[in-house]
Amino acid sequence: MAPTTSDKAMTCRKLTKRFGGFTAVDGLTFEVDRGEIFGFLGANGAGKTTAMRILCGLSHPTSGEATVAGLDVYRQAEQIKANIGYMSQRFSLYENLTVVENITFFGGVYGLSRPEIRRRSDALIATLGLSNEANTLVGALPVGWKQKLAFSVAVFHRPQIVFLDEPTGGVDPVTRRQFWDLIYEAAAGGITVFVTTHYMDEAEYCNRISIMVDGRIEALDSPANLKRQFNAESMDDVFLQLARRAERS
Amino acid sequence: MPVVELGGIGKTYDHGRVQAVRDASFAVEAGELFGLIGPDGAGKTTIFRILTTLLLADSGVAAVAGFDTRRDPYEIRRRVGYMPGKFSLYQDLTVEENLTFFATVFNTTLEDNFEQIKDIYEQIEPFRKRPAGKLSGGMKQKLALCCALIHRPEILFLDEPTTGVDVVSRKEFWDMLGRLKLQGMSILVSTPYMDEASLCDRVSLIQSGRIMAVDVPAAIAAGFPNVMFAAKAGNIYQLLTALRADPDVESCYAFGEFLHVTLKDAHDSERVFSRIAAAHTLPDLDVRRIAPNIEDSFIRLMLATESASDTDGPHDQ
Repeated sequence: MAPTTSDKAMTCRKLTKRFGGFTAVDGLTFEVDRGEIFGFLGANGAGKTTAMRILCGLSHPTSGEATVAGLDVYRQAEQIKANIGYMSQRFSLYENLTVVENITFFGGVYGLSRPEIRRRSDALIATLGLSNEANTLVGALPVGWKQKLAFSVAVFHRPQIVFLDEPTGGVDPVTRRQFWDLIYEAAAGGITVFVTTHYMDEAEYCNRISIMVDGRIEALDSPANLKRQFNAESMDDVFLQLARRAERS
Repeated sequence: MPVVELGGIGKTYDHGRVQAVRDASFAVEAGELFGLIGPDGAGKTTIFRILTTLLLADSGVAAVAGFDTRRDPYEIRRRVGYMPGKFSLYQDLTVEENLTFFATVFNTTLEDNFEQIKDIYEQIEPFRKRPAGKLSGGMKQKLALCCALIHRPEILFLDEPTTGVDVVSRKEFWDMLGRLKLQGMSILVSTPYMDEASLCDRVSLIQSGRIMAVDVPAAIAAGFPNVMFAAKAGNIYQLLTALRADPDVESCYAFGEFLHVTLKDAHDSERVFSRIAAAHTLPDLDVRRIAPNIEDSFIRLMLATESASDTDGPHDQ
């Protein structure tokens, strides 16, 4: 692998993706610092998912440049996949595999050796306090434990960047906050966090956020600065002001 | 007379191993916009299915529009509109075909009930020839609402209509509900978003199958038993760990740009916060007294219920 030595976890310049005549992602230019918690916001259909797929090495841009963990999205997509973690609310763990089986499976997918997986997995299970549930099916765990495990599995191979795609949708307010404790901890440990959410209070927990409208980033700054810039009381307000400008739905 | 009434409803799944709903009781009055607020797995959908007669309760009684859910399911089905949480229209039928289909099922026509859905239908009319599966999320929602309204129901059941939908579409949807309410419709709506509670006339908070509170939103927030402080500092993570470790702090959690903090003795707040600011070198510590909101109350009730029933073991329905 070629870990980046620059202080940028991610860079994009005029990143564009067209599907036929439709420009899903339209000239994104931004950078994410290492160890930053970066919120990637936008209305449904604004182009977030398309952009995220490119940044995860799953789709090629039509034009523009982008690097993730110092790796080029055109030429080094496979290496990008090895250097990032990914978690979404919809899918992150196999419910009909046990806790240990899930960890072993994902460790294997990311190319860790058997002894390495065993060593790290023992440590992880102890940290999470799941020693008694190591051989329990994940589907039988309470939602809060499942989420902690899903996040831990996403960063098990110690990626430089973790992508979280609406990780807390539909989750109770207590578990949601416990989850953000994990995010803070990971960021304090140097992992860059790239997160999407529909909860505007969670946008406030990010160091900086970008808001996409019709394929373009229309605003990018710290939550406090954005509220000042838009003369808004809450991030909700900022988001509404911007998203109302959208012409496609 | 209430249009929806539950008395001690209980429901288990998986041969009694999963307790989805426990002893749930509440009533919805005619013309009310009533919210069932709680996270995934709290039991919201189970309650909706029992009330719409798609599922039988194990215990308790439930009545809708004055009819018993067990004895008169067909009377109830004629009188309710139901929008399930999962998009359940025919993806390969067009907008128009879906509407015609649902009208026919209820022995009526689109033309007869056009007034009822006009407001909402006008927003999707440009796409009337498009298959439902090819609509955007917001448009699908509007079509599903039209289909639920097509037979002029007395009561509308909307199961998580705004889940996974962005802030703009959520706002539009609640505006539509407000207009339906003005026309006299009784609406029972569920949502995992705590901030939507304030848009309802009354709400019940539900967690792990238990109804924790039923009241007008303002009263639930006002019932918070301690003084709430909002705190912030340049390094919010440092402040969070400092407050959590402090013996005078009762609870501390992130809430938007602030931390919400309660103390064991609120009378002593000035002394406590200045001591913490000095001990952890937080010169920019900003603390103010605030009114607690619904989410604060939910967290409080949830933690109290959980510690009271720690012996129940994990349950996830």
